[in-house]
Amino acid sequence: MKDIEIKGMVSAHCIIALSIVMATIVPAVLLDDFSVYGTHLVWLYICTAGVAAVNIAVYTLLGVSPPAKKNTLSHKVAKVSKSCLYFMFSCLLFHGIVVLYGAPLLESASETFSFAVLLSTFTTLRCLCILGPNVQAWIRVFSRNGAMSIWDTSLQITTASSVTGAWLGAFPIPLDWERPWQVWPISCTLGATLGFVAGLFIAPLWIHWHRKQLTYKSK
Amino acid sequence: MMKRVPVLALLLWICLLFYVGTWIFLSGFLLVKVEVNRNSSCKDKPFSKQDSSHTEHFCWSEPRFKRAVILIIDALQYDFARFDPEIKDPRPFQNKLGVLSEVVASRPAHARLYPFRADPPTTTMQRIKGFTTGSLPTFVDVCSNFGTNAIQEDNLIHQLGQNGKRVVFMGDDTWENLFPNQFHRSLPFPSFIVKDLHTVDNGILQHLCSTVESSDWDVVIAHFLGVDHCGHRYSPDHHAMADKLTQMDQVVRSVIERLQNDTLLVVLGEHGGDSQKETDAALFLFSPSALFTVGQEKALQEVVPQIDLVPTLAQLLGIPIPYSNIGKVMVELFALGSPEDGSAQERRQAEALWINANQVNRYLDTYSLANKDLSPMILAHLKDMFLLATTEYKTLFGGPLAGGPEHSSRVQALIATLQLYLNQVREMCQASWARFHPLRMAVGNAVLATACALCFITSDFADVVGASYRRLLWIPVVSGTVAGGGFALWQFSTGSEVEVLSSLGMAALVSQLSFFWNFCRRKATRVFVHQPSDLLNATADAAQQRPALTWPSIPLTIFFLRCASLFSDSYVVVEGRVVTFLLSTLAIYIPVQMNWAGRLLLPFEAQKSAPPCLPLQPSTPAASSSYKKESLTLLGCTGFLVASLYSSHFFHGCRDEQGNCKPSAFLTPLSGLRDIQLRNFRYLLSVSSVVAWVCLVRRWMRHYGNMNSKSPAVLVARCGLPLVATFVSLYWAMSSAPAEDFGNLQEVVRLALLVFPRAVYVLFGLGVAVVCWDPLTVFLKSRKEPAPSLLPPTYRASTGVSLQAELQHLIPHIYQRMRKSLRAGEREGAGREDDGQPTMEAYGLGTVYSAPLLLVLALLGLVLAMLHPEGLMLSFVLLLLQACAILHMHSAATSLSTPGSRAVSCPLLLLWPLVCESTKAGKRGRRAGEGEDGEEAVMEMKLREDPDRFSTALLQLGARYLFIHGAQLLASVCSATILRRHLMVWKIFAPKFIFEASGFAVTSVCLLLGLALVMRVDSAVSDWFKRLIPAHSR
Repeated sequence: MKDIEIKGMVSAHCIIALSIVMATIVPAVLLDDFSVYGTHLVWLYICTAGVAAVNIAVYTLLGVSPPAKKNTLSHKVAKVSKSCLYFMFSCLLFHGIVVLYGAPLLESASETFSFAVLLSTFTTLRCLCILGPNVQAWIRVFSRNGAMSIWDTSLQITTASSVTGAWLGAFPIPLDWERPWQVWPISCTLGATLGFVAGLFIAPLWIHWHRKQLTYKSK
Repeated sequence: MMKRVPVLALLLWICLLFYVGTWIFLSGFLLVKVEVNRNSSCKDKPFSKQDSSHTEHFCWSEPRFKRAVILIIDALQYDFARFDPEIKDPRPFQNKLGVLSEVVASRPAHARLYPFRADPPTTTMQRIKGFTTGSLPTFVDVCSNFGTNAIQEDNLIHQLGQNGKRVVFMGDDTWENLFPNQFHRSLPFPSFIVKDLHTVDNGILQHLCSTVESSDWDVVIAHFLGVDHCGHRYSPDHHAMADKLTQMDQVVRSVIERLQNDTLLVVLGEHGGDSQKETDAALFLFSPSALFTVGQEKALQEVVPQIDLVPTLAQLLGIPIPYSNIGKVMVELFALGSPEDGSAQERRQAEALWINANQVNRYLDTYSLANKDLSPMILAHLKDMFLLATTEYKTLFGGPLAGGPEHSSRVQALIATLQLYLNQVREMCQASWARFHPLRMAVGNAVLATACALCFITSDFADVVGASYRRLLWIPVVSGTVAGGGFALWQFSTGSEVEVLSSLGMAALVSQLSFFWNFCRRKATRVFVHQPSDLLNATADAAQQRPALTWPSIPLTIFFLRCASLFSDSYVVVEGRVVTFLLSTLAIYIPVQMNWAGRLLLPFEAQKSAPPCLPLQPSTPAASSSYKKESLTLLGCTGFLVASLYSSHFFHGCRDEQGNCKPSAFLTPLSGLRDIQLRNFRYLLSVSSVVAWVCLVRRWMRHYGNMNSKSPAVLVARCGLPLVATFVSLYWAMSSAPAEDFGNLQEVVRLALLVFPRAVYVLFGLGVAVVCWDPLTVFLKSRKEPAPSLLPPTYRASTGVSLQAELQHLIPHIYQRMRKSLRAGEREGAGREDDGQPTMEAYGLGTVYSAPLLLVLALLGLVLAMLHPEGLMLSFVLLLLQACAILHMHSAATSLSTPGSRAVSCPLLLLWPLVCESTKAGKRGRRAGEGEDGEEAVMEMKLREDPDRFSTALLQLGARYLFIHGAQLLASVCSATILRRHLMVWKIFAPKFIFEASGFAVTSVCLLLGLALVMRVDSAVSDWFKRLIPAHSR
């Protein structure tokens, strides 16, 4: 049963990773003067939109998210609107944290916010997809014994790796190498993206590796 | 009875080890020379020359050149200047300065290109110093005037001005600082914006050609920065470099076209590249009149040391050689006259060299009179050599002119002797002033590294160390002293000089080794002994040690990153940002980690979280409500901490290297503000922060009931603090208002400016003395009326405090203490008292340790604030709040979790002083240092129950604190060692090292003083109990 789940996760994650690759390649073919450094924000938005769409589609199709108690339309609308609200809130929160970490406060605020949106897509959106708009569940998942399925474990891993990637991405900014990618927020977005992709690949491997130790309590 | 002396002694010993290591390293790394502030002049008589001949003064009788154009092209490497026609596919920096080689090839008598080399300190300032004074610049020039950058030593510019030459300067504004008001005309341009390739160069180009064409000058100095900025910004392999070099080529061409016959052109690269291999710059000499003898050039050009340019230029222009010069003239430039008349040429060369040697000899005499750092043996040898050459010179040229081959060979021998003399002088001076001592640097590193290891061991195994001071403290100290003394004695007996440094190093290393040896043995036996016999104790110890051994890796990693960041010049430049970034990470890591460990919230009691919102549902059971409150406190404090870290950026100063950075407005002293309203506002802000500072401290003390007693320490808090604060604010008011505002009260103001600071110092000294004399702030009240026996006796911290605070902070400790004293009283009093007999109320006993510490800190903070610009008072208050937040976090984290996670917040606590550096007020480290003591002291009276543990905890705290600072010191020392050839070493790494070293000295001294104060309080409390208990039991 677990093997099937892991295989499903591998394919889901591959699709998500592929969406990032496509978000980089397709505009480069279609659009003139598109480059990841040069028109960074365009790439960022395309990437965010791609990842968000694919994530939502994949997890809806897989049916990972918790079953709704009431299957009425109004309930669904409430859930979706709540999710949107949470997402917005997490964008703002990330923006604030990034500013506290030393991002410029006023100039390039749009870049900072775009970066916050990207980070939210990599972390909060997946939380929303997998756990639903349920903060208590989120808190539970991010504790040592909180994971209740392999999806929760993968959520832990991808979230941690994208945040760590973004954190590491800030390191080269002060260096005097004068490279185009040392400009805020390029290195951070790249770091977050690479971290996210790495997390996507590490998660199934890690679960496969530790499948004997991983025993999930039922809810 | 707690062990006081050994704890202090151990920490003192560790500090001394650090000091010794730093000192040894310093002596090998920092090159120190004493400046000689005497000037040459044309009228100086050569010392040893009685009879007057044609060279009776230091000036050339008839200068070769009237005028000179000196073009300094920063970072013009020798590679850039060469032209190699065989290169088919030149890289961007190759073959662009064709003009130099063209001229050398077509007019060999007029031009020559040399490689040009400078000595270690390689900042622009040191370089300019080098090739104007002719002396070896050192990092710390001990000079008479500290306030200014201006060059005090005799130099070319000064001599040019003295001798009526009009010097026109354009380019890098460093020159303007080094030679203020010495130029006839100057056009400085800002040099620090590295990204700007063109401002300086274009500014020069606008004026250079017109200046050269006019006749309003004697010497033109133009300093171009574009090539250097281009090399930093891009790399030599960039097309911008090609453009820049082509531009320079055009400049040199156009200047050559405009030169007249009496003019000398010097083109020199100010420095080469970063690595040692590339440091050779280019030097190009040209004149429309013949400069060299054709056919004399050697196949391989020898490298010209940068200081050789000074005597050469001086003699060519007919001015005296600067007094402190130790360079040697370039003799080939003095082979003037027709090639056939060899004797005349040699005569001129010998004359030039002799003047030069005379001047160098005079400088050495003067220098060695005042300073002993040059070896007397070599000096004597050099002196002999000079005297021989002098006699030879006099016999050759003193009398009537002789000729013949024999004479000529003697002249040549003389030239060779003089050159040898000058070379040897330079070598000696380089060995003493301009060369690192790798051995000393290595020993210094070793001592520091072992001291760090020792600190780490002491902090991690504080109980082991605390249990065996005899073995681990006294034996190492004694053996170290014996070894050091023995070494010194051995040096003394063998007749060589006693080197204090080497014996100290010996002592430090031996004592450290003996510590490690004893520790290993002790550890082995201890484990062996303890495991079977004292199981309870062993498990307790294990529980204590376990978290220390497997320290949470992330705080250590972050600390490691902080140390590693000292190895990169970019990170050192933006250090404030780096440190706050890492600290924010650490601060946010704590709640995340606690949530991960399931300790932040009770399982499935999740109400609020690190991510989004906080839907508070107040429906929790009573037991978990306090738990929830603690975690809320923790989160709140974390938030506050991160926010205040962020706001610390408001107090930033700027480094020179940060191009587009504005220093914080708070750093400008109020007297520098023009706008009156702004000044008033800022003054009010500063004063209100002083008031806040005092009120916070007093409120804290009142809250914990330390303000009720009649003891002198409380008097200090009651009156001393407000008085000091008033004086400080008055002083600010007086000093910030412009003098003319006072009219005829100026005398009073001047007096006040003297009186207020002194009053503050006196009050501070008095306050500290009083607190040390009687540090107890406990108010004792014996109760005449028997307390209602039904109720438990009530203890009040003070009036107007919530019952809850009282319950939380005060009752348990006092209750315990009282119960104990009552019991003791009963035992002694043998039933003489009834149940309802006088009980006692002790106010403020719970914070008996913290209160005096805090009081001293508050006083110290005010004094420090007075020494800083007024605006920084705000940051002081911020620091106080931050410390408060950290202590709260600490206590919240401790109460939320098992002792294991205590280590989570501990490194943060220790990392904390770093933020002080980012606010750039140097002395702030000490506040943090003592904040920690306060943290230990929050444990309050419990500490007295277990004096051994208390002393161990103090030892651990002190050692850990020293470890954090020592590791940073070690990192900065290592970076200075490894990067000693780096281009930025004198600009960034050496100042950083000095900052760290002085910071360590200040913080360690304050740590020791703080601990001593804690010990003092402890002994006072013991005495107090001794007095109290018998008195009560009577």
